[in-house]
Amino acid sequence: MNPILKRIRNGEILIADGAMGTMLFAKGLKPGEPPESVNLKNPEILEEIAQAYLDAGADIIQTNTFGASPLKLSDYGLQDKTEEINRIAVERVKRVVGNKAYISGSCGPSGKLLKPFGDTEPDDIYQSFKRQMKSLINAGIDLICIETMTDLNEATLAIKAAKSISTIIPVMATMTFDETPRGFFTIMGVSINDAVTGLQKAGADIIGSNCGNGIENMIKIAREFKKLTILPTIIQSNAGIPEMKDGKLVYSETPEFFGEKAKELIDAGVSIIGGCCGTTPEHIKAIRKVVDNYIEND
Amino acid sequence: MDIIFTQISEYLQQGDDEKVFKLTKNAIKLNLNPKDILDNGLIAGMNIIGEQFRKHEIFLPDVLMAAKAMYAGLDQLKPLLASKGISGLGKVVIGTVQGDLHDIGKNLVGIMLKGAGFDVIDLGKDVSAEKFVETAKRENAKLIGMSALLTTTMQTMKKVTELLKKENSEIKTIIGGAPVSKEFANEIGANAYAYDVANAVECVKNLISGVK
Repeated sequence: MNPILKRIRNGEILIADGAMGTMLFAKGLKPGEPPESVNLKNPEILEEIAQAYLDAGADIIQTNTFGASPLKLSDYGLQDKTEEINRIAVERVKRVVGNKAYISGSCGPSGKLLKPFGDTEPDDIYQSFKRQMKSLINAGIDLICIETMTDLNEATLAIKAAKSISTIIPVMATMTFDETPRGFFTIMGVSINDAVTGLQKAGADIIGSNCGNGIENMIKIAREFKKLTILPTIIQSNAGIPEMKDGKLVYSETPEFFGEKAKELIDAGVSIIGGCCGTTPEHIKAIRKVVDNYIEND
Repeated sequence: MDIIFTQISEYLQQGDDEKVFKLTKNAIKLNLNPKDILDNGLIAGMNIIGEQFRKHEIFLPDVLMAAKAMYAGLDQLKPLLASKGISGLGKVVIGTVQGDLHDIGKNLVGIMLKGAGFDVIDLGKDVSAEKFVETAKRENAKLIGMSALLTTTMQTMKKVTELLKKENSEIKTIIGGAPVSKEFANEIGANAYAYDVANAVECVKNLISGVK
C-alpha cells in the first residue's frame, strides 16, 4: 500500500500547507502576472515558501502549479512552457523538503467550460490535464491534488487523466461549495452527495473540499462527506471571506481561530487538514500544534 | 397569441435553443411585434432564470443554457428592432479590470443585462481604464460596469471614475466582484456597487432610468 494512504489508514492526521497565491503576492508577484510565471522568473521564491510551510510543520507541500495546465496557461501564451513550469515547481520544492514532507502536485481548473454550456470538448480538457500531470509525475511528486473544482465532469476528467499516467500515486480531489438554503452546492450545481459519488467513481483516493467561505462551513461540509464515504477526507479552508481594509485585502480568520476550529475537523474524521486562500505559515503552525496536542491527549 | 410568448419563455428556461429559435421565427412570421416577443418571451424567461439563480434554485449551467437559447431568439429580433427604430434600454460597457482574468461573474452580469434588454458591449478581461472610457464615449454608452476579483486590480476602477470626473462625463459607473464593497464604491466615486448578478441588473436599471 502507498505509504501516505497507509499512514492515513492507521489514523494519522496529515497537515497540508496553506495559501500559495497569498504568499506570492506578499513576495512581490504583480497584478496581472500569472502566479506560475514565478517558476520561470524567480524560482527561488518557491523554495522560500516551501521552507516556510515545512518549518510550520506541514507534512504535505504543494507545488505552484495550480494554473499550470496548458489550457489555463494559454490565457497568457505560456502553454509551450507547460513542462518547464511544472518541472521547476517540483524540483524547487524537492530541494527544500527532501524526504521530510510529501510533495503534492496542484492541478486547478482549466478555466474553460465544457460542452454543451461551454464550448470546450471533454478530450481537450483531459489531454490538457494529462500533459500537466505527466510533467509533475516525471519530476517526482508523491501525490496529485485536483482542487477548486466546481464542475464534476471536469474533476472526473482530471482524475482519469491522473490515473491513466500512474495507478500508484494517490489522487486527491477537492471541490468548492457555497452554502445555499438547500444545502451546499458548487456554482455548477454539484451537491456534496453528487461530489462524493462522482469523485469516488472516477477513482480518487482522497476526496474533500477546498477554498470556500471559511472554516466553520468546512466543518459542516466535512461532516457531510464523512457520512457519505469511507474514503479519507481532505479539507483546505480559506481563512474566511476576504474584506477590504484600508485598501488591503484582509482575511478575517486568525491562526488561533483556525487552530481552535481544526479540532472540530479532527472530530469530524478529516484525515488531511490544510489551508487555502488567506492562510499563512502561522495558520499551519496553529493546526500543527492542535493536531499534536490533540493526539497526545487522546 | 400570448401562448407563443409563454412557450418562448418556458423553452428558454429549459435551455432549449432550437425550440426558442423556431418559436421566435414563427412569432416573427405571424407579424407579432418584435418588441413584444422580446419583452414577453425572451426577457420574461430570463427574468425567471435570474430570480431562480439568485435563490440558488438553479446553477451556472442552467443560466448558460438559457442564455444560449436567449441568443437564438435575440439574434433574429435585433435587425427587426433596429429597423423599427426601437432601441433597447440603453448601451452599457462591461469588462473585468486590467490585470484581472476572472470573468465568470462579469459574463453572468453580461448575459443577464442582455436578457433584461440592454445593449451590452463586453470588453472581456484585462481591460485598461482608458479602454473602458474610450469605448463608452465612442459607443455613446450610458454606463460602465467593472468587475474585479483581485484586490491588486481594483485601482483600475478608481482610474475610470477619475477619468470620467475629469471630463465631467454623464457616464455612470457600477462595480462588483469579491474584494470590492459599497464603501470602496463610495471611496472612488462609483455610482453603485452590486453584490450579486441580480443586484447588478437592478442597479443598472435604476442608474440608467435616472439618466433619462
